Amino acid sequence: MSNLLLAFRIARRELRGGLRGLRIVLACLALGVAAITAVGTLRAGVDAGLAADGARILGGDVEIASPYRPLGEAPRAWLAARGARVSEVVTLRAMAVAESGQRMLVEVKAVDSAYPLFGTLEVQPPVALAAGDILLDPFIAERLDVAPGAVLRVGEARFTFRATIAQEPDKVASPSLLGPRAMIALASLAETRLIQPGSLVTYEYRLALPPGVDRQRFMADLRRDFPESGWRIRSSDVAAPGVNRFLDRAAFFLTLASLTALLVGGIGIATGVSAWLEQRARTIATLRCLGAPPSLIFTTYLMQVMALALLGIALGLVIGFGLTWAGAAALASILPVAPRILPYPVPLAMAALYGLLTALAFTLWPLGRAGSIPGAALFRDVVAPSSGRPSLGILAAILVSAAALSALVIGTAENPRFAAMFIVAVIGTLLLFRLGAGALMALARRLPHARRPALRLGLANLHRPGAPTPLMLVSLGVGLTVLSAIALIEGNLRRQLANEMPAAAPNFYFIDIQSDQIQAFEALARAQTGVTEIRSVPNLRARIVAVNGVLAEQVNATPETAWALRGDRGLTYSATPPEGAKLVAGAWWPADYGGPPLVSFDAQLARGWGVGVGDTITVNVLGRDITLKIASLREIAWRGLGINYVLVASPGLLSAAPHTHIATMRNDVAQEATLLRLLTDRFPNVSGIRVRDALDQVVGLLEKIGFALSAVAGITLLAGLLVLAGAVAAGQRRRIRDAVVLKTIGATRAQIRASFLVEFGLLGLTAGLLAAAAGTAAAWGVVRFVMRAEWVFLPGTLALTVLACMAITLAFGYAGTAFALRAKAAPLLRNE
Amino acid sequence: MDALYATKSASAGATKPLIEARGLGFKVRAGAGEINILRGLDLRVNAGEAVGIVGPSGSGKTSLLMLLAGLERPTSGTLLIDGADIGAMEEDALARFRRERLGIVFQAFHLIPTMTALENVAVPLEFAGVRDAFDRAAEALRAVGLGHRLGHYPAQLSGGEQQRVALARAFVAEPRLLLADEPTGNLDRAKGEEVMALLFDLRARLGTTLLLITHDPALAARCPRQLRIEDGLIVSDQMVAA
Repeated sequence: MSNLLLAFRIARRELRGGLRGLRIVLACLALGVAAITAVGTLRAGVDAGLAADGARILGGDVEIASPYRPLGEAPRAWLAARGARVSEVVTLRAMAVAESGQRMLVEVKAVDSAYPLFGTLEVQPPVALAAGDILLDPFIAERLDVAPGAVLRVGEARFTFRATIAQEPDKVASPSLLGPRAMIALASLAETRLIQPGSLVTYEYRLALPPGVDRQRFMADLRRDFPESGWRIRSSDVAAPGVNRFLDRAAFFLTLASLTALLVGGIGIATGVSAWLEQRARTIATLRCLGAPPSLIFTTYLMQVMALALLGIALGLVIGFGLTWAGAAALASILPVAPRILPYPVPLAMAALYGLLTALAFTLWPLGRAGSIPGAALFRDVVAPSSGRPSLGILAAILVSAAALSALVIGTAENPRFAAMFIVAVIGTLLLFRLGAGALMALARRLPHARRPALRLGLANLHRPGAPTPLMLVSLGVGLTVLSAIALIEGNLRRQLANEMPAAAPNFYFIDIQSDQIQAFEALARAQTGVTEIRSVPNLRARIVAVNGVLAEQVNATPETAWALRGDRGLTYSATPPEGAKLVAGAWWPADYGGPPLVSFDAQLARGWGVGVGDTITVNVLGRDITLKIASLREIAWRGLGINYVLVASPGLLSAAPHTHIATMRNDVAQEATLLRLLTDRFPNVSGIRVRDALDQVVGLLEKIGFALSAVAGITLLAGLLVLAGAVAAGQRRRIRDAVVLKTIGATRAQIRASFLVEFGLLGLTAGLLAAAAGTAAAWGVVRFVMRAEWVFLPGTLALTVLACMAITLAFGYAGTAFALRAKAAPLLRNE
Repeated sequence: MDALYATKSASAGATKPLIEARGLGFKVRAGAGEINILRGLDLRVNAGEAVGIVGPSGSGKTSLLMLLAGLERPTSGTLLIDGADIGAMEEDALARFRRERLGIVFQAFHLIPTMTALENVAVPLEFAGVRDAFDRAAEALRAVGLGHRLGHYPAQLSGGEQQRVALARAFVAEPRLLLADEPTGNLDRAKGEEVMALLFDLRARLGTTLLLITHDPALAARCPRQLRIEDGLIVSDQMVAA
């Protein structure tokens, strides 16, 4: 205890000298903590926004979603008996056709007079929605070139366009890939004749519960009394689970990117603290001569570093909190609700903990070595911390803090396996750059002596003892690796979405084709010039309720495959295997099979759920549970965007259920508008989805997410630049001295510049090449194994990485050189 | 001794001034205000002369040397070296001027730590684009008795050896003017003697004009002409028998 007090007293005296020499440490820590704080706070702010507005977003305290069928009399009576106010909303996709013949896919929402139960619907100009009216998303009005008063056809009904929708209270701002909103009165829905047996339609019943009713209890009772309903029942506590999953994933990746910034900053922290302790070496040796044991020295300097770390963390928390607003503004269009930005304790505490563990993990090594400076060092010319390993106790403490940091990353990850891979990748990247630096130094040393002095000097600067080559390479390289990996992943996905998928995919999907229409529809399509292929399959919607008798919610599925257990799945039936199907287990049923229902299931999901041939999957189709026995497993290639179903059942039972058909069409692109008009005019209840439009939407979304990730990766680069700036600054004294001596013996400025050009150019080139290689490897791994997509090599992106790297190092080198060239020679050359 | 270091006539052009300073002033700004280091100093040194400059610390000796080397610029007066107004030259012209006509020897040697002895000596010739820079550098090092140390780095050489490398570097381009600032200040007496003997020997052979700054009266006494500077002005200028 007395030792601690003594250490504290000495530390306080030492800190009187201020934090000079530690500013980079402070900046590195603050930057990393700020990035993590901003991501965490934004995430919490969105959550709070969703929670606060849960009832508004959901449209009620509780929502019952029933695919296909409206609620029957019994449940309506059940609800009425409990005093619930009900608002009915029906959503489906349809073509909106202007009088000009222009048409587009829209998401029709038919609402009753009780809508909205919570919040208000804002329209421009302000009008009330009456039967025969239609309200449109401004995008539709623009695309169809219609103004209020215009008449539009939806299905077989005509509507008068009254106003555009400015604010839809229950709309979670998720990207609408399949059509923007058109709103009509529920009373007008029947006239459209869009609701046919098996149409892709969802009935939602939003409930306002009487005060005092417990939502969870109410939902439990509802489920108990209508066990086989096939409904999806949600309360406003979890208004938007899909949105939450998306946010969880986005926040996870952003946190990892921020963490990279913190780790790169960690390198700066370690070097900054080492340099600072070197300056303090003489003081430490004096203290040792005066009787201070190593432990006292260690504690004294640990206290100072931790005081600094706390300051850096506090600074980071403040800056990060400020950055949250910038982030919210930049991401406004992809955030589901306006975030409520408040200082949430959990993300702040997490960011502080990350910062503290990073500071510990990266400073214990130099601190441990400082304790080992002997008092006798005072009698030598150069006093510096020993270059050996710190004691076993310190090594153990470093391991513990690194393990705690890893555990924190993995433990709080949305996808722990990926987080673990990330940690391995980060360590691998650090090692790669350290080894790369070693190789560059060895090469510079072994190269035959260059005749040009500038070249020779530049090479010598790379490998001389104490050269900051490894530090500069690591600091710059990691940030650039992350940036190039993100650019390559985004580039790959974009290429697939924008070029390859449209090339391989059909031009159109047509949905809601009735069984009695399908033959005529196909015949009409085939008769048109420009149509090269038309295929169709029956389409039903099903919810998976149990797997091998275990309820879907309780199935132990991997995170990558759990999505299929939630929400509605498409289901089809077929006597023969789908074209190009690759069976990997089991066998297809005979064409004339008439036994109990069988299913051919997606092999990848089967692996994730731990099921195989012979196991059962229970699905709810139109409110009825059907248990399907897995007869075979198929590998599905999703990228072709053909008609792929996770579940393909044997015909028989299902073919008797009311259902529609989905068709895909390949055609001459030039004929697209004509074909769409012809087919949807003849079959007004059928909706055509242009694949290219949907993919464009995805590309737009991808760009925004890519931008957010790049912004955070930019922080990593910024942290790297700080470290680089620190390294350049540390070498500045030597650089100035070299420049002065060279000038004195007759070197021109151009010659001196050339030597620095060689040094920094080679450094930048090496860092760029390594970053490009590591970034490619990381991107390849993510694209191939996490996203399971095709990998395309993108040399342009890589060249850009290498060039950026060289540009950055040269800029820093030039800044340092310009400074060195301006330095006055006399003060350096005067005798001391 | 090889041709390069064959004795040249020290009297060639002896009457022509190599250094001509008129009213040379040099001020620096310091925290407490302006400091007048040189205050209108006049100096004329003929080619081939050897001048010892003595004076107390802070008298302006080193500043004068810095001005002569073009490493500082005079704040008033004119300074012509070999007819060139070096106060008016731009940076790169000064660099060329130094490598063609000037050699400097420092107390702290100022060798480049990342270069071998041979490279250190060759580098001014290389800057000047001399083709046989390395051969001449090797010759210069042999001339100072370091022919066996060509591949050694400064850190692998003793203080005396480092200063001999610095001498070889200063003389390798056969400069018209050699400026030496306490060249033995970092060496023990015996090593200092050795270096000085070498310096005067090379100077004599090449006919180089020498300005030698020193605290040591015995060293200064080796120069036929001695200047004493006090408080920024020359207070005595006398010719003595060398």
